[in-house]
Order: sequence, then C-alpha cells, then structure tokens
Amino acid sequence: MSSQSLSQTAAEIDSAATEPAALHHPETVARQARPLRFITCGSVDDGKSTLIGRLLWDTKAVKEDQAATLRRDSTGKQNELGLPDFALLLDGLQAEREQGITIDVAYRYFSTDRRSFIVADTPGHVQYTRNMATGASTADLAVLLVDARAGILEQTRRHATIASLMGIRQFVLAVNKIDLADYDEARFRTISRDFREIALSLGVRQVTAIPVSALKGENIVMRGGEVMPWYGGPTLVETLEKATQRTGQTTGFRLPVQRVSRPGEGFRGYQGTVAGGSIKPGDSVVVLPSGVEANVKAIVTYDLVRNAAVAGDAITLVLDRPVDVARGDMIAAIDQRPQTGRAFNARLVALSPDGIVPGKRYWLKAGARRQRVMVRPTSALDLTSGNWDDASFLPVNGIGVVELDFEDTAIFDTYETNRETGAFILIDPESLNTVAGGMIDGKRSKSGRFDALPDADRATITLPARLLETFLKTEFARAHAGEIRVAGPEEVDGE
Amino acid sequence: MNVIEHGRGKPPLDPHLKALENEAIHIFREVAAEFERPVMLYSIGKDSSVLLHLALKAFHPGKLPFPLVHIDTGWKFPEMIAFRDQVVARHGLDLIAHTNPEGLRDNVTPFSHGSARYTDIMKTQALKQALDIGRYDAAFGGARRDEEASRAKERIYSFRTPDHAWDPRNQRPELWSIHNGMIHPGESVRAFPLSNWTEVDIWRYIQAERIELVPLYFAERRKVVERDGMLILAEDKRLELLPDEQVREEMVRFRTLGCFPLTGAVRSQATTLDEVIEELEIATVSERQGRAIDRDQSGSMEKKKREGYF
Repeated sequence: MSSQSLSQTAAEIDSAATEPAALHHPETVARQARPLRFITCGSVDDGKSTLIGRLLWDTKAVKEDQAATLRRDSTGKQNELGLPDFALLLDGLQAEREQGITIDVAYRYFSTDRRSFIVADTPGHVQYTRNMATGASTADLAVLLVDARAGILEQTRRHATIASLMGIRQFVLAVNKIDLADYDEARFRTISRDFREIALSLGVRQVTAIPVSALKGENIVMRGGEVMPWYGGPTLVETLEKATQRTGQTTGFRLPVQRVSRPGEGFRGYQGTVAGGSIKPGDSVVVLPSGVEANVKAIVTYDLVRNAAVAGDAITLVLDRPVDVARGDMIAAIDQRPQTGRAFNARLVALSPDGIVPGKRYWLKAGARRQRVMVRPTSALDLTSGNWDDASFLPVNGIGVVELDFEDTAIFDTYETNRETGAFILIDPESLNTVAGGMIDGKRSKSGRFDALPDADRATITLPARLLETFLKTEFARAHAGEIRVAGPEEVDGE
Repeated sequence: MNVIEHGRGKPPLDPHLKALENEAIHIFREVAAEFERPVMLYSIGKDSSVLLHLALKAFHPGKLPFPLVHIDTGWKFPEMIAFRDQVVARHGLDLIAHTNPEGLRDNVTPFSHGSARYTDIMKTQALKQALDIGRYDAAFGGARRDEEASRAKERIYSFRTPDHAWDPRNQRPELWSIHNGMIHPGESVRAFPLSNWTEVDIWRYIQAERIELVPLYFAERRKVVERDGMLILAEDKRLELLPDEQVREEMVRFRTLGCFPLTGAVRSQATTLDEVIEELEIATVSERQGRAIDRDQSGSMEKKKREGYF
C-alpha cells in the first residue's frame, strides 16, 4: 500500500500502526477509529472459513466454551494442528451445518489494540452474488482469497467486479495455501501481478497482495518470516489496521430527515444521521424537495448542544425559522445541493428470485425517503466477460443498468460521490420484500440523456473502429453512457 | 422549551463507540418513524440498560414514543425488579410487566418443568402474549450478533410471521443502512439496534456514559450452591437444596442476568466497572457460558428463535 493513497483517517491511525499488532493488553487506549468493515470473498476450497476462523482464533475472539461446543459438534473433526473445525464456528444455522455450505451473510467481530473489525462473511458461488452484494454494500475493503496452487480463477474476477461495483476501492489479495505451493515467491509474484491487472481494469489502484497460510496462521496475525524470508510486507491484520475508510465527505452537507421532533411548544427539531459533509450553527441550508432556505440555529444532542456535526453523527437540527419539513425530506448545504429530478440512471443488483421486471412499479427507499418508481433495465453485466450487454430483464443475481422514472421529485447524489445518498433499495409492492439494491449513476434529462456537458469541458479520443464495440461494453463506458458522444467516420452522432 | 444537557463534564466517546451509538440511534428513529405500534423489550440487564440509554438519546429532547415491556417470569433476581422500578420512576417510563397467566396458574417453575419447557412457557409464550395484547408491529430488543452462532446471521430488522416465527432461510437482505420496514398486517419485526456491538463494547459504553446497572454485575460475597457445573444464587426460599448440596459464601458476580435458577455466577473479585472490564478483556469463556438455556442442545438458540424467542 503506498503512503500516498492513505486518507486522513488512515494517516491518523498510521503512527500507531507501524509496529506489529500486539493483542489484548487489558489497558488498551481508546480506539482511534470507527470499526473497519470488510468483506471476504472466496470459496470453501480457497480456505475462506479457515482464514476467518484463524483471524478470530488468533485475535482471541473465540472463547473456550464456544470452542468446546465446536468440539462436541464436529465429531472429532480437527485439523492437524489440533484446532477445531473453523467452518463449524462460522456456519451458524443448522441448515448450513447439514448442507456444509454457507447460505447467508454472517457478521463476525474481532479486534486488536488498534482497531476493531466487522467482517461480512459471504458465500462464494455464483448463485449467491446477491449475498456478496449485501455484504459489500457497507464494506470499506474486500479481502479476496485465492489458492496459491490454482491462481486467479473466473470467480476471483467476478468477486472483484462485484466489490468494485458496490464501491469498494481497496483490495487485499490473500494468496492462501502458500505452504502447499512450497512458499514459492515466483508463484506469488505471478498471481499478484495478474490480480493487479484485474483490479486496475476495474479502477481499483489500492491493492495489497499477501502470501498466507490460513491453516498454519502465517502472515494472518503472526508473521511468516521464517518460512517466507522473501516477503517483507505487512500481515493481513496489519494491512486491515491501516486501511482507510470512506468518509462521505465528497459532497456538501446532507441530512435525510428521519423524523420531526415536537416534544412541546416552541421546540421543533429535525432528526437524522448526517450523510455527508458537516454543519455548524449559522450555516445556510436548503430543504428539498421544497427548495425553502433557512439557517441552522442549533445542533441538539442528548449530551450537549454541539457546535458542529460531521458525516455519521445522529443529530437533531433546529432551524432559525418555521419551515415545512417532513420525514423523507433532505436538508442540504445551500451551495452544494444534491441532484433533484424525476428521471435517474442507476445500476442494480437483483436480489429476488423474480428478478427485475421491465415497466413494473416498485417502491424505492433511499435514506428515509420512500416513493414509487418505474424501473426499466437497459443492459446487464456478463460477469464472465466483463461486458455490458443489452437486456430488458434482470434475473436474480443479475447486475444491470436501469432507468428510473419517478412520479414525484427524487433526491440523490451519485453513488461515486456519496455512498449514503447515492444508494437505494427496491421493494416489491406485493410481497414487500427487498428485491434490489441500487446505485445512482446520475440524473437523466427528458431526452433520455444525461445532462449535457458544455463542449468546452470535452476532450476527444480516437480508437480503431473494431475496438469501439468492446469499449462501449466496458463498465466505464456503460456508467458514463450519457456523457460519451460516439462519432464514426460518417460523423454519426449516436450513443 | 429548555434543552437539558446531560453530558457536562463527560469526555467525548471514542470514535469506535460513537459510531456504534450513531448506528443504534439511527435504527431507533427509523423504526419509530415507520411502524405504528413500536415497543421496547426491557429485560433489566446490561444490554437493556444500554438499549434504554440509547433510546433516551435518540428521542431527546422528547420522551420515548413507545412503551417498554418486561417479561416477568416470577423467577428473576429480586434486585432486578427493584432496579427496574427505580429506572421507570427516574425516567418517567411507560412500563408494562407481563407474566404468562397460564404458566402462573399451572405453577410452571424451572424445577418442576425443566429449563427448556419453562423457558418456552414463561419466556417465549409470555413474550408472544404480551406482543399480541399490545398489537405491537415492531419490538426493539438488545440482542447482539456476537452472542451466539445463529444470531451472527440475524438481521437488524428481523421479520416475524403473525405467529412470531423466524425463518432464517427467508430473510430480507439489508444493504447499506437502508431498512425496509414494510410489512403485511399481522407481521412484525424485531429490531436490534445493538446488532454490531460486542460484549466489551457494551461495558466500555456503560463506563463512558456512566450508565447505572443492577449491582449483581459486580462481585460481592453471595450465598451460592453448585449445581450442574453452575454456581446458583441460594438466597431465594423457593430454591430447594438437593441432598448433597451445600450453600457457601463466595465472591461472585454475574455476566448476564436471567432467571436466578438458570443463571450461573462466576467467581470474581471485580467490584468496580474498571475491574469488570479488565476481567472481561482477559476472559477465555463467553458470557453465555452461564446460561443453561443455551446448552440444552446444539442449535438450541436457533430453535428457540424459530419459535418466537428473541
């Protein structure tokens, strides 16, 4: 990991995290960061359960009575190091234990002196893309696991694609079972190089590759220096301790209003969690969708009347004048407003067996705002080739680009700029199930195109005509379809 | 209206606890806004104490927009009931205590019916009755994912059928911090604001926020008897000693609080919060080790949850 890619959050903890992890001293200092959330991607064969089990075991997150339950369940199944079968520790539901597979997202907790961690443990098979998307939605980082003997597989590319799609910009490649590959440095280098190419093609530059043996505990929490003298990089836990967090600071102030508090005469506060930027008394804000403007009078919390609040804070905001604000409205910075409109483009992951049906009306929920929406898929991602092909229906686990049409005003930022205000779920109006998770790409103007960009801000590239089709099927081109103007030799202006 | 400030002179929370607090407050507000008849399950223990504290924060400067329900089996530690009544009075809470009337009539006790049937009748069935009587469509609980294997897969909004059953194979996905609170008539959710907290987080938060607890959490010389490998408190007249059992006085405390005949004490010298936390950070057994009801059989928490338990 290059020091240049560390954000402020990481820089703050960086000074504390340069020494190897020391675990569980009772007199720990207050943790200096919020929990790092990460997702693990890989299959049973790659040793994913062993890896997570090892993390929990070596950070002492597994207690003796839990280990004893494992021993009782596992009918003597232990590995050669005398450790319990970690998969049993992780697969909490009886159905899973019986089938020997992980069917859902499970959350695990462990901590070191420096930081605490929340792991979303998700299954690896294609049919569980939706579970992976769920786990990835809140993750700051993805740990991708490969078997050193097998190298990069199709599923590695698939997992990396889903993780990047869900907004994860930091990858750790754990090259596992390196002990079974004779601790071969050349093998590790080849796999890392192949993976970096995949990551770069997805726009992810922050990649740390680590040779590990989860079974033997090498380079997970403890160093594997003796058997891998050629590796001088960080262990997995050191990498996680130094990882950065997305702060949602790239947009101005955002407060999706959850509820209006009117406990008595004279007090009217707007309660919600700051979803971007910061705020202090005296700042000017706009209430959306109404567009009414006001100034912040006070930020009320149970503890203190505060003089500032930042992204992530659950607050009660008091404005300086009586304005009409309801649940589902957004209070935003007056000079950095989100996009408002009735037509947006988005990418979706279909979560329900029914898929996403063109022209069907769904409920869309974003923050505290719930409204009717018509959804029309236009293309779908082929996870094997990485191409975006034309499509009008998304089956379960399908990932696609869709057009959203609202009956009233919708308020969004792009997912790229704000993961809180750029994300939404779709709810089926009959079953009331959550049937999709979506990420806003941008607003669509009435003509069906993105808002036009002035020519002064445009640049031109040319490429051989035979490459054009390939280029237009890339994720980048699809995500920016409305901004790209295609002109052939005949000067055809099309999309 | 004057806004009261509770935090004078208290150092700010570290970012880790602050993040957990923010998340819990967000969940409280979302459920209160989206459901018609929310209620909070209050069990008097440390997790419930944290849960209540967070609820007071979430709705400040207003009062809690929902009542509390306490499922009273009749076999709770007497100190718990006294503490409960103090808390209710101090915060002006609307608390409903419910005991299963049939269980009471049939004199169902942990001794006469065994822990599994007793728990089902006096806790699970009683809880369902209380929820049905109040027609509550959302119930806050203090369960944490780190407590037990099946809870690791529990959602923040846990959907329950009209019979209060939990189907782990058919849960709604939860992405980002967007919660789907839409339900059909008769269905309900259990909402868990403490999902992402660990036991250490709970204790650190209690310390940082100076939250009051039932004194049973701190070590004291107490009368105990050893039964089935557990140290049972021997202060209640209803506890009948078996022939070879002897009451001893020992320095003990409790890591979790339930019904006294089913909750094991741990030998401990930790009389203060600092000492409890220190003890916890070097502990090698989990807190649920002292709970008899988890040990009936492997997977028994999942089984109870399917039947409507928290």
